[in-house]
Amino acid sequence: MLYTVIKKNMYQDSVNLMLLTNHLSSTEGVDQVSVMMGTPANIDIFKNSGLYTEQLDDASPNDLCIVVDTDSESVVDQVVEGVDDFVSNQSTQSKQSMIPITRTWEMAQNKLSNANLAVISIAGEHAASEANKALDRNLNVFLFSDNVPLDDEVQLKRKAQEKGLIVMGPDCGTGILHEVPIAFANVVEKGNIGVVGASGTGIQEITTIIARKGGGISQAIGTGGRDLSADVGAITAIKGLEVLAEDPATEVIVFVSKPPAPEVRDKVVEVFKTLGKPVVAVFMGEKPREDDDNVHYAWTLEETALKALEFAGSRDADLDQLISENDGFRKMKTNPEQRFIKGYYCGGTLALEAAMIVEDAFNIDPSAEHPDGKMLEHGGTEIIDLGDDAYTQGRAHPMIDPALRVEMVKKAANNPETAVILLDNVVGYGGHEDMAGVFAPVIKEAKDQAEADNRDIVFIASVTGTEGDPQVYEEQVKKLEDAGAVVAASNAQATRLAVGIISYLDSTEPFEQANSNQAANGTDAVKELISDKPRVINIGLKGFAETIRENGGEVVQYQWAPIAGGNKRLAKILEKLK
Amino acid sequence: MNYQSIDEANRAVIQKIVEAQPFLLDVVPAKEVIPELNGKALLHSGPSLKWENMTNPMQGSCIGATLFEGWAETEEDAKKMLESGEVTFMPCHSVDAVGPMGGITSANMPVLVVENKVDGKRAYCNLNEGIGKVLRFGAYGEEVINRLNWMKDVLGPALSKALKQIDGGLNVNVIVSKAITMGDEFHQRNIAGSVLFMKEIVPYLLTADLEEKALQEVTKFLADTDQFFLNIMMATSKVTMDSARTIEEGSVITALSRNGYEFGIKVSGLGDQWFTAPVNTPDGLYFSGYSSDQACPDMGDSAITEAYGVGGMATVAAPGVVRFVGTGGFGDAVATSDEMREICIDNNPNLSIPTWDFQGACLGIDIRKVVETGITPIINTGIAHKVAGIGQIGAGTVHAPLGCFEKALEALAEKYGVTAE
Repeated sequence: MLYTVIKKNMYQDSVNLMLLTNHLSSTEGVDQVSVMMGTPANIDIFKNSGLYTEQLDDASPNDLCIVVDTDSESVVDQVVEGVDDFVSNQSTQSKQSMIPITRTWEMAQNKLSNANLAVISIAGEHAASEANKALDRNLNVFLFSDNVPLDDEVQLKRKAQEKGLIVMGPDCGTGILHEVPIAFANVVEKGNIGVVGASGTGIQEITTIIARKGGGISQAIGTGGRDLSADVGAITAIKGLEVLAEDPATEVIVFVSKPPAPEVRDKVVEVFKTLGKPVVAVFMGEKPREDDDNVHYAWTLEETALKALEFAGSRDADLDQLISENDGFRKMKTNPEQRFIKGYYCGGTLALEAAMIVEDAFNIDPSAEHPDGKMLEHGGTEIIDLGDDAYTQGRAHPMIDPALRVEMVKKAANNPETAVILLDNVVGYGGHEDMAGVFAPVIKEAKDQAEADNRDIVFIASVTGTEGDPQVYEEQVKKLEDAGAVVAASNAQATRLAVGIISYLDSTEPFEQANSNQAANGTDAVKELISDKPRVINIGLKGFAETIRENGGEVVQYQWAPIAGGNKRLAKILEKLK
Repeated sequence: MNYQSIDEANRAVIQKIVEAQPFLLDVVPAKEVIPELNGKALLHSGPSLKWENMTNPMQGSCIGATLFEGWAETEEDAKKMLESGEVTFMPCHSVDAVGPMGGITSANMPVLVVENKVDGKRAYCNLNEGIGKVLRFGAYGEEVINRLNWMKDVLGPALSKALKQIDGGLNVNVIVSKAITMGDEFHQRNIAGSVLFMKEIVPYLLTADLEEKALQEVTKFLADTDQFFLNIMMATSKVTMDSARTIEEGSVITALSRNGYEFGIKVSGLGDQWFTAPVNTPDGLYFSGYSSDQACPDMGDSAITEAYGVGGMATVAAPGVVRFVGTGGFGDAVATSDEMREICIDNNPNLSIPTWDFQGACLGIDIRKVVETGITPIINTGIAHKVAGIGQIGAGTVHAPLGCFEKALEALAEKYGVTAE
């Protein structure tokens, strides 16, 4: 039977009431129900639908009328309760996504007019055409899609090259651009190691080892697995390396790929040498080559990560920066005599390590014999272990008594052929209580003297010790630095820096000029891409857009679908009907 | 073509839409401005169709109009006359007119006259009858005929007298741009527009020298009729789109309409030709006791509002009725208008929508974008019972069928000499 409930002066919008009626219809025991305002037109609707009762005649247009057709009176209470609940709680949870969704390129760009990257993860057969559209719109491309034909890859990368853009991929699994992970990527700290890789998991393994060891990543640029083939010619790898060379956040560059085509390898290795930053390269499956200047080879991914960390941890490892900040190098460069390293060590093994590195860098044959602790003697360059028996007769070990070493440093500093003086400082229990304090005035005086003579001289030191040592590592470092020395994180790095300085002094081309040549290569759009968090149009997998947004990148989701629903004929017409 | 490209032609088309200056000039008997209605002729909504293809409600409307015109005394006689072919049927659109739902318009029904002051074009639309048992949903009982007579004898002349006092007519753009900021999208919801219209017209009704009873009835009717402005908006949209059509190039939609049998579209570069596909049935909320099984297939010229860029296209403007488009709350409304924007060329600066970050309403539906994306215009609509006379049983939305856009695209390709080879 019909039950009528009239709620006086309770106005509700008709749309709400229709929704409410729908909602109440599913109540158990309800045959039919209607909730409407008591307007004459609505009373007619009650009549038409067989829900009219005489009580409705008393209702005014401002009264809420509920009519329930049910066998059980208790259901009526339930319905009225349902009405009250609905009326008092009408806010609907909007499913509105924070990521704007669009269906066309045009609207995607309307929503994110300064986008600079398209991340494409749609089916391979459509990917190239969308990547072309992205390039036409001057967007860099991260092409996650696989099954993109090689011809298309070549075409896309050449087009990108012409436009000063970069195509990462196809089949590019991972990337990190200015702290924003793209596609499959791990959360790694920001740091000074930049990665270019033709292997997604290779990049992931290396970056995560670096992160676990406390290092960080500036950028990770995937190239796609075929980039180093003869057909593609490493277009993306080279572009990636070039932008990392210019990226101020990147101090060490890691390169990972399978062994490239031979001619491509030569090209890439040549590029390594021009980057002006330490490069750690691994060609997986190939025994590492010998290190060459700034280029270092590794055998495994782990080794690659560790080597990169070694360079990344170094103080002032950036030779370029050192040179650009230090006017004295100009004076040294103009003096062709001044090309020698003098290393005076108290640690024998440290001296040996330094000698090894110098020999390697300048292709000097190591000698089996080290008379008088001379680990290396070549031209004016010498590396001497002052802890050798030859120097400790009648005096204490140089770790305790610095007098002899001070004398030798002073002498070397006055020698106009000396460019770099290398020193170690081994601290700890039993050692001199303040070796840095002894050498600081010596260094300062030598530098002042050099300046007075219109020369310059570089002191590079490393400190072997820890914060817990009585001399305190950081205090020793600070004293040396305040005196004007460069302090590296390890002896090896100190030596490499010394070698780097000599190489620079010997090079014919002024460094500044080389630098500006690189800038003229027109990599602006790509440089711009990594200089700030990317602004992305994400085409395909929506999860990628969420990751980008969570990490502070701007993103618009382009909900792509095949043109004209996949109708090739109409798609063709659309292409031409402009 | 006088334009460098289709894009450029389309720009010219939408320029016409933006520039239009529609003014409501008068309310007159249809036969005075539509000569085709002299004699036994009826206008209907949508592309042309035969009696036997009309939905039951549209046939009901025809019966009602036949009774109203006095061509027949009884329902049976009216039906016989209509079946016999004695009455000519033609689309409203063919005679510069539009009509909601069945769109049935006959000689003595009053019509609104809206003129675009830019080019002097005019368009016509009948008057909104209110809700309940009404002719446009196929009802033709005594109550309906009586109301039609009252509209002919009292309402039409009263509005005419009032409007004639306004120098140059009533500026519709002013009302529209205000009402869109007040929650109207002009298809499902016209309350603000209707109230603003009443605010403008009542002072002139008071000075129109009406009998007191007539004045009372007219003001009461306007006060009760929330959708009164819909028909004004339809005539406005029609005249605007007809002005835009004069460019005769490009791929912009100039009309969307449906007759319960077919959905028809017109395209700026394809003249007066309809491109049709079978209509869809609307989906929405139903009054209690009714369901989608009883819904009549989609009807009415009112989709001219969507062609203009409002109605379903501007769902975001009307938070009060967004729940017709889904239960997801306002986010769904934003998503709906955002999606519609994908198939449009620009935003209409005259129709800034506060709830859309003040973006203008959609402007210029491009059939190329429709076919490319598969997104078809969404139309807000009332839902009629499929049996004549029962009237409105709900309201909701319906999508235009993709087929008519594909056909139009093929025709456009042929016009511009483009092949799929």
